[in-house]
Amino acid sequence: MRLISASLAAMIAATPALAQDHNQMDHGASKMPAAPEAEPAVDHSKMDHDAMGHAPPASPQASPANNLTGPPDAADAIWGAEAMRASRKALYQDHGDIQILWVQGDRLEYRARQGNDGYLWDVQGYYGGDINKFWFKSEGEGSFGEPVESAEAQALYSRAIAPFFDLQAGIRQDLAGPERTHAVIGVQGLMPYMFEVDAAAFLSTKGDLTARIEAEYDQRLSQRLTLQPRAEINLSAQEIPELGIGSGIDNIELGLRLRYEIAREFAPYVGIEQEWKLGGSGDFARLAGEDASVTNYVVGVRFWF
Amino acid sequence: MTKSNLPLSRRRMIGSLAALSSAAALPLPAWATGKMGGQMGGAVRKGIHELSGAQIDLHIADGSFGTGGRSSHAIAVNGTVPGPLIRLKEGEQTLLSVHNMLNVDSSVHWHGLLLPFQFDGVPGISFPGIKPGARFDVPLTPRQSGTYWWHSHSGLQEQVGHYGPIIIDPAGPDPVQYDREHIILLSEFTPIHPHSIMKKLKVSEGYFSMQKTSATDDYPLSAEQRRMWGRMRMMPTDIADVSAPTYSYLINGHGPEDGLELPYEPGERVRLRIINGSAMTFFNVRLPGLPMTVVQADGQNVQPVEVDELQIGVAETYDVIVTPTEAGAFAIAAESMDRSGMAQASLTSRPGRKAAFPALRDPPLLSMADMGMDHGGGGGGAEPAEPMDHSKMDHAAMGHAVPEAASADAHSGHDMAAMDMSDGMAMRDTSLLPASVKIGPGIDMVAISPQDRTGYPGLGLDDAPHRVLNYRLLKSLEMDHGKRAPDREMELHLTGNMERYMWSFDGKKFSAVGDDPIRFGHDERVRMKLVNDTMMAHPIHLHGMFFELVNGQGHHQPKKHTVIVQPGSSATFDVTTDEPGDWAFHCHLLYHMHAGMMQTVSVAFPEGAA
Repeated sequence: MRLISASLAAMIAATPALAQDHNQMDHGASKMPAAPEAEPAVDHSKMDHDAMGHAPPASPQASPANNLTGPPDAADAIWGAEAMRASRKALYQDHGDIQILWVQGDRLEYRARQGNDGYLWDVQGYYGGDINKFWFKSEGEGSFGEPVESAEAQALYSRAIAPFFDLQAGIRQDLAGPERTHAVIGVQGLMPYMFEVDAAAFLSTKGDLTARIEAEYDQRLSQRLTLQPRAEINLSAQEIPELGIGSGIDNIELGLRLRYEIAREFAPYVGIEQEWKLGGSGDFARLAGEDASVTNYVVGVRFWF
Repeated sequence: MTKSNLPLSRRRMIGSLAALSSAAALPLPAWATGKMGGQMGGAVRKGIHELSGAQIDLHIADGSFGTGGRSSHAIAVNGTVPGPLIRLKEGEQTLLSVHNMLNVDSSVHWHGLLLPFQFDGVPGISFPGIKPGARFDVPLTPRQSGTYWWHSHSGLQEQVGHYGPIIIDPAGPDPVQYDREHIILLSEFTPIHPHSIMKKLKVSEGYFSMQKTSATDDYPLSAEQRRMWGRMRMMPTDIADVSAPTYSYLINGHGPEDGLELPYEPGERVRLRIINGSAMTFFNVRLPGLPMTVVQADGQNVQPVEVDELQIGVAETYDVIVTPTEAGAFAIAAESMDRSGMAQASLTSRPGRKAAFPALRDPPLLSMADMGMDHGGGGGGAEPAEPMDHSKMDHAAMGHAVPEAASADAHSGHDMAAMDMSDGMAMRDTSLLPASVKIGPGIDMVAISPQDRTGYPGLGLDDAPHRVLNYRLLKSLEMDHGKRAPDREMELHLTGNMERYMWSFDGKKFSAVGDDPIRFGHDERVRMKLVNDTMMAHPIHLHGMFFELVNGQGHHQPKKHTVIVQPGSSATFDVTTDEPGDWAFHCHLLYHMHAGMMQTVSVAFPEGAA
């Protein structure tokens, strides 16, 4: 990515007057100006036998204490502190501080079912380094010929808190249905036995507390073919009539998707997903003349870049 | 000129036949005129031609490199990949002039060479880097001899061709007798941009592996073992982060399809100077039917030891002697450690006659020893590899593969059957770590009981049916009578998180601790123990100074510039810190280094000097 080369570019820009003074170098250490750099030419006679696998002989003197403090700067006196500062900064950045932009369409699918067929998107991504990231998520679904049933976007600060888990906090904006904004707190990561988990609680501007837990598992059938069971459960601490949500378990989705990785980044899939609205949510659905239980036959694509 | 006083017989036929013929045709000096600079167009030739003398110019420029039907951007030095062989003579001064004709900064690090730190070629540590269009001069009077190499230390340029060999001929007689020599410079080619590789590694664990466990694999793993790996959230196939088919493995810039031939005459002692100049690949090197006598490791002479195979880590070098007595063609087979691919060349007595190459062996698996458990069956091996009966190989002079049926079903993974599967098994007991290690998300494993595995021949080779090199077989040629006892001891942990692709020393990435270097006094004698708390083998390289591997050989401890620390294991070296200045110290897996597995080593100047 150019993200990595950006630091290189910064290095170029920041040090236009890099000391490439060959006069200094042509004669090696012997003509070096300042003190430290004159030293590499000290008597190396004791190393002449290096080629034969010898170690330097024992030194009679006691080892001096480690008398250096502060950042490494031996090269400053030779090449100039300014030039070294810029290259040092670029070096550090380049070795461990890489910022990455990643976008994934985990599920982008067509859903065939009784009644009007529908669609679903489930997209996420981040920008950031190993520990701190800006994470965004969006998902939504609907039926063709009808208004979007549900849609939301989340903007989260994500921080690695364990080898396999990030803590995420931020806001969620609902983009369909009644106006709602939520505060979000959740965790996302990899459970033992390789289950990918995303669990979050949402507190809405109306004071409603809900939660969502998603888990996926990739069972490779071959190097490119993967069977992915997926489960999602939505919970609500209270009844929310205008959203058709009862208290307790709102709904459960169980899916099974078979994807083929043409490339790791691009994998079409087919699958089936069953959704049940439970308890009060089921009652709301039936009242609205909908099925509380829906089976979707899905075809879609998973991608990332 | 340093070359004139060397016997011609030794000097002839260096490199490939192809390289010879192209060198003889006097290459167009496009690279020397800057015409290739900043352009992708120039076709890069495959190395290796030789440069020597009092003045050596290296021109770094963009080009286009291809092999096996794939091609992409490359960085070539003097118009070739690998770049030229720099041939020096111990004690004779040379001026190395590096011309950067790229439109980005560049650098050359002289890997394994003893020289003032400001010429070591690491931007940000030893110098500011070479700006586009600039020249950097390095006056060098070698105070050593042997086989070394050079490569870029800027960005990820090393992946795309910016590397080449160095030979320093000894001032006196060479203790190694040979009639002919060839460089075997191992590397990789990929059409994928290295920055893209880095991102894929960061966001998609196992992206490049096509050998993962699956419901239909043939790996000798029980269901219980598979569940255990899953519980740990790790993969037993995590052996190479990047591998074939993403990589085409190269010898002297030649992919398997290029049919590189290296000549010999029957009866000659042929010295192969094997250099692992790859970015990410450990190779298993063998010439089926032809035993190799190892005479040098990392440029330092060792007592001859005969083996049939050796594993070479990234940045290591081994010089071996082979003596093919009959006419024929021998396979020089360098199989990647994960056995996804092979670099190939034919050692042949007649042009056009190619060797038959052995098939790739079954991929190995990580075992409990690689998790840092003390387990006798893990192949750690306090005992050197047991020599086998090789009578059956005598007939193999025509390039026969060594019979390998015995190893086909003998994965190293099988010793996991003995594993304690109890739930109490803690893979990340951070209380085992010293206070110097920063505990955080960047550490996904702590070796429970890390053993010194310098007697281990390398992943997948512990049950090879023939003699395989290991570090304990390396004894320096000369005895060292004056060895000092260490003044102090240090312990450094190699840490990582495979899933997040984080790599570090002591849990701290270079980006976080660059200003807090590892400090040595001048001329200290330090014993450093490297503890690998990851399941990958790391080739750790110290710039500027040789260290002596603590391998049980006492006054014959071999000197090295790069040491492999096996997964879940430790390795220890002694170093005399008599080279003042700031030096790089890092894992030589390119993408591990760039993820942060690096640190500066500051050696104090002698008292009264600073």
